[in-house]
Amino acid sequence: MTDRRQFLAAVAGLAASPARAQKTVDLHLPGGPSARPMTTAFPQKAAMILQRTTPPLLETPMAVFDRGIITPNELHYVRWHWSFPTAVDPAAFRLKVGGAVATPLSLSLADLVALPRFEITAVNQCSGNSRGLVQPRVAGAQWGHGAMGNARWTGVRLRDVLDRAGVTPGAVAVRFAGLDTPLVDDAPDFAKSLGVDHARDGEVMLAYAMNGAPLPLLNGFPLRLVVPGWYSTYWVKMVDSIEVLTEADHGYWMAKAYQVPANPTANVAPGTTDFAKQPISRMPPRSFITSMADGARLAFRAALPVGGIAMGGDSGVRGVEISGDGGANWVAAKLGPDAGKYSFRRFDAVVAGVRGPMQLMARARNMAGDVQPMQPNWNPGGYARNVVETIHAALA
Amino acid sequence: MRCLVLGAAVLAVGAGAAPVFRALDVELPFNARMYPALGRGAPPPEAINNNCLACHSIELVMTQPKLTRPEWTAEVTKMRSTYKAPVDPADDAAIIEWLVAMSAKTTG
Repeated sequence: MTDRRQFLAAVAGLAASPARAQKTVDLHLPGGPSARPMTTAFPQKAAMILQRTTPPLLETPMAVFDRGIITPNELHYVRWHWSFPTAVDPAAFRLKVGGAVATPLSLSLADLVALPRFEITAVNQCSGNSRGLVQPRVAGAQWGHGAMGNARWTGVRLRDVLDRAGVTPGAVAVRFAGLDTPLVDDAPDFAKSLGVDHARDGEVMLAYAMNGAPLPLLNGFPLRLVVPGWYSTYWVKMVDSIEVLTEADHGYWMAKAYQVPANPTANVAPGTTDFAKQPISRMPPRSFITSMADGARLAFRAALPVGGIAMGGDSGVRGVEISGDGGANWVAAKLGPDAGKYSFRRFDAVVAGVRGPMQLMARARNMAGDVQPMQPNWNPGGYARNVVETIHAALA
Repeated sequence: MRCLVLGAAVLAVGAGAAPVFRALDVELPFNARMYPALGRGAPPPEAINNNCLACHSIELVMTQPKLTRPEWTAEVTKMRSTYKAPVDPADDAAIIEWLVAMSAKTTG
């Protein structure tokens, strides 16, 4: 058998030496493998959960989300499909705007900074966040819940850039690509597109700063697209190309990858592969108890504090309910300060402590009235999970 | 110190001044680990090591749940047909045998 130590040694690139035992985390993925090494080896990043070294996949530890609703840049998760430059000269960087426009543009960062500044706080969440929890299990990056982060994004409205170029009547979509490149000729370059009205909605933006600082290289320095309320697959990193299209984008990353069942909950019966598909888009509400870890063993308290973070998806958080008994009874949580409808929002509640095992749950409702379901969705990509999650704790 | 640099930038943007973009030139870590031998009598890792290390390190393969032979076959096919990985078709069977044997050892 590949035991846990051998496995960790294999994935961490370290000798299986007890003298160099390294910190690991257990993501509690049903059926495993569940252990992951922590890493501090990545530039501009603090201690992250290592999912893959090349191209990097780094997950944020859940404890980070208990410290505040803003995820620090050095702890914001990382996900790359292809190879990308490790050296970027911001003085030489240019954003090209072309396609169906009156005036093609080549904009420097100074040009962008000179445009009206726009800021928004928004959750950046991988389409496959929590995929490792999906049952029956599916192939793909086996994330826990930490392929997400919340930041204050600073930059310019995409609309302002498109209006400077002058979108031609008849344009239907806007495609974005970055400095990342496939390692193999003919492989599909990563590019995503939005409908032209969405692209010009005044909220979709080009961010040159994140929580007041330039973006870490691994999060898309010097410029990334921010699509509030939509999954991160659209938030193109190191974006250097904007192309206005007069027909829908039929490229691989829009027409073949990141497809979900064409129904409101992205749900099909487990095992189904033949179903009507559509590109993943807006996010549904989610919530996570962060004041205790799954599997925690705690001292008994008659009044047990339970806190965490919620997101409304593409509308704000209306409310969060907490259950300490596996969903039989619920209490309304108190919401923390509102940082905008696309942000995480803190919640806190108190439930009755019980000696022995407890199943703690949080359930968020957004301003559109969507509520997290008690039953999980399933699709073969493991996308768009938003079931009510359970924290198993034991009080003694 | 990286933290000090970031702290200064926070103040700059927070105050409404133009952000300072410093050139970045970073070094990424590299994982040189190869797909491991699975033991006597098990399918050997040579084929997967010859074909499946150029584009990605081993971790994502090693952390997959217990996948079936058709699921692993689909992954190998996707790597070649969609992502254009230069996997020698003559090696497919040996790669898949190793993946299925590795996957069978998966435990929680």
